[in-house]
Amino acid sequence: MAIKFRTDGKEVKITGEKDMPPMAASLGLMTWNKTGSWRNLRPVIDYDKCIDCFICWKFCPEPAIIIVDERPVIDYDYCKGCMLCAEECPKDAIITEVEGK
Amino acid sequence: MKMTMMGNYAASWGAQLSRVQVIAAYPITPQTLIVEKLSEIVADGELDAEFIKVESEHSAMSGCIGASAAGARAYTATSAQGLALMHEMLHWAALARLPIVLTNVNRAMAPGWSIWADQNDSLSQRDTGLMHIFASSSQDILDSTVLAYKIGEQVLLPTLISFDAFFLSHTMEVVDMPPIEDVDKFLPPYNPEYKLDVNDPRSFGALTSEEHYYEFRYKMQEAMDQAINIIKKEGKEFEKLTGRYYDLIHPYRCEDADLILVTSGTIAETTNVAVDELREEGKKVGNLKIRIIRPYPKQDILNVIKNCKKIAVIDRNISCGYHGIFAQELKSALYNETNIPVWGYLAGIGGRDVKIENIKEIADDTLKSDKPEDLIWKGVKL
Amino acid sequence: MRLTIPEQEIMKPGHLACQGCGATMAMRYGLKVFGRNTVLTIPACCWAVIDGPFPYTAVNVPLFHTAFETAAIMASGIKAGFDALGKTSTNVVAWAGDGGTFDIGMAAISGAAERNDDITYIVYDNEAYMNTGIQRSSATPHGAWTTTTPVKHYKRGPKKNMVEIIAAHRVPYTTTASIGYPEDFIKKLTKAKETRGFKLIHVLAPCPTGWKAEPKYTVKLAKLAVQTNIFPIYEVEDGIKYTQNIKVKQRKPITEYFKYQGRFKHLKDDEIAFIQKKIDEDYEILLKKLS
Ligand SMILES: Cc1ncc(C[n+]2csc(CCOP(=O)(O)OP(=O)(O)O)c2C)c(N)n1
Ligand code: SF4
Ligand code: SF4
Ligand code: SF4
Ligand SMILES: [Mg+2]
Repeated sequence: MAIKFRTDGKEVKITGEKDMPPMAASLGLMTWNKTGSWRNLRPVIDYDKCIDCFICWKFCPEPAIIIVDERPVIDYDYCKGCMLCAEECPKDAIITEVEGK
Repeated sequence: MKMTMMGNYAASWGAQLSRVQVIAAYPITPQTLIVEKLSEIVADGELDAEFIKVESEHSAMSGCIGASAAGARAYTATSAQGLALMHEMLHWAALARLPIVLTNVNRAMAPGWSIWADQNDSLSQRDTGLMHIFASSSQDILDSTVLAYKIGEQVLLPTLISFDAFFLSHTMEVVDMPPIEDVDKFLPPYNPEYKLDVNDPRSFGALTSEEHYYEFRYKMQEAMDQAINIIKKEGKEFEKLTGRYYDLIHPYRCEDADLILVTSGTIAETTNVAVDELREEGKKVGNLKIRIIRPYPKQDILNVIKNCKKIAVIDRNISCGYHGIFAQELKSALYNETNIPVWGYLAGIGGRDVKIENIKEIADDTLKSDKPEDLIWKGVKL
Repeated sequence: MRLTIPEQEIMKPGHLACQGCGATMAMRYGLKVFGRNTVLTIPACCWAVIDGPFPYTAVNVPLFHTAFETAAIMASGIKAGFDALGKTSTNVVAWAGDGGTFDIGMAAISGAAERNDDITYIVYDNEAYMNTGIQRSSATPHGAWTTTTPVKHYKRGPKKNMVEIIAAHRVPYTTTASIGYPEDFIKKLTKAKETRGFKLIHVLAPCPTGWKAEPKYTVKLAKLAVQTNIFPIYEVEDGIKYTQNIKVKQRKPITEYFKYQGRFKHLKDDEIAFIQKKIDEDYEILLKKLS
């Protein structure tokens, strides 16, 4: 078992329980857990309509909306498809698609 | 420096000599003097510590857990009802592997409000994962406090130091206070590898699946096993410093004894005197004082009792529905190992005085009897 | 680019919260303000699960998981430990649910408030015991369904007023907030961070799972609670100075708030009228206290 994401970014090698701490002290971050697989609805930003108000970014609980080159970008690795961003977007710039279609 | 002091103050000074950094405590008779004295010591600047005047014992132990997790040396003291209220957090301290030291003045549980000596309070905490010392003199209380930090901080286990209400807590005895410079040499500052640290952020105590929980228990047990050797090692170091040696058990005149009495707490001290008198009467009786019940010194006990013919355990406690707890523990240690018969006596419950003649009677009864019994209510009035 | 809340993200994705979890939004905001020099303690509650199982964590600051009733004293103990070690600048934050605060943690929070321990206590209020499967707490509002207040015996009696209780301890700062108004919440987090002594932030954090609402409505509900006056936004300084931080010009009828939630679906008109009357009365009482 190798814990990929040590909190300081380093990788830690765990060969067995003996390498584990004596108490339940964490060794890494939850970022290995790609919660995008939970999604049944998929938010898609229509950048023509988007005015870069970042309201979607502000409210995403994961957070799964990141800022790239001053624009909101959905990180589908983690987006759980709650559709809160689409609901709150003042410009209806986030389209709802059904996953797996 | 030799001083005359009550057992409670020996606990306070033990904490002071250990340079505890955080104290969180709540008053309860007969422990009150411990925290009153510590408040004074801290207020007078004789100890540089944070003192959280908590609103309950549950919070006293919780506060110590927080402080210890932050990397500070933490101390608290309580008794009976207070210890029972802490119960949940004793498990927490142990599984979080925090070497907190907790003093408990053994007092009978209510109802029937009683403030008198009885071990049921601390023995009810037997399975929480704390090391558990029964001190039998004020000197023992003071020294055990320092030793408990030294040992606990190596094996990452909290320690419970228990001693009898009033017989010890409020009785004046001569105590040799080691100079703090000597204690400093013996007990270095606490600096744990795992702690709350903003430069190395970790979560502690998260949801733990069956994939891992079992192994944490294994590691705790391993720590208890290691503690046996460390207690002996540090006992010897401490002896070099003070001339006083502390072990898990302290046998007295057991080498050639036909009958070994097994005792703890202040009853053990009285029993030593009774043994001397019995010996003068030509009876080959010895006393085995159990000073530490967790980790349980099974091998040490077997070594001491191997040549005796009979064992009588004196319990100031009872697990109702079965019998005395020290007797249960002892019998389970002997099972598969020897065939020496064991008599289980109760005495001193709820603070009833256990006199030299009571102990001699127990010895005489056992010597005469040829049928071992689990539960003999010495002196019960019916 | 104009952002209305701090850009830094300390809380990481990959955590175990349900879709649209208000409690998780609250943590994201909390850590944006408190930053890396912060230690959290979390008792039993949804967040004990959200953070992820051993050997992982999502908050990325030191976190001590603690027993259900001990958030306040655990924070006090950690703070005392850090103080003893000279690490006085580290923020210590107790992060607990409504159950851990209003009910079982009441003695400990009152103790810490009375001692004025220098900690920030943030209670994310989802108005029930969600971790154990939506049982009522003393923060559950009148009329609500939970698994222990089933439809036939829905919760009767008002929600305990925690801000008033803690304000009565005369602590430097107590406040309500709502995840529907992050800018206001951020301001309050900042104020708490900069204030010495005991601070309580009571933040309403809608729970789609327990409220039987669609995840997308979490923010809408957090706003409607304020706009209907069922959850007014105000702060109390030193236990006496009341300030309303979000003023509601024309309050919306409570049905606006109820209609997105399954937990109020069973309420008949007369009961709704009763609730409306109570909300208006309580609001009048609050207005009288404003400085
Ligand atoms: C002493 C104790 N009693 C009961 C529980 C079970 N328990 C765990 S979390 C919880 C409810 C938590 O409710 P709340 O504080 O509102 O947080 P939420 O789950 O809603 O986030 C209960 C009852 C416990 N962990 N400890
Ligand atoms: S909320 Fe809508 S308009 Fe605003 S940044 Fe997001 S997508 Fe663009
Ligand atoms: S759908 Fe939900 S999780 Fe996905 S980006 Fe939008 S707000 Fe975030
Ligand atoms: S039950 Fe509610 S509070 Fe708990 S994680 Fe789910 S949405 Fe969040
Ligand atoms: Mg709750």
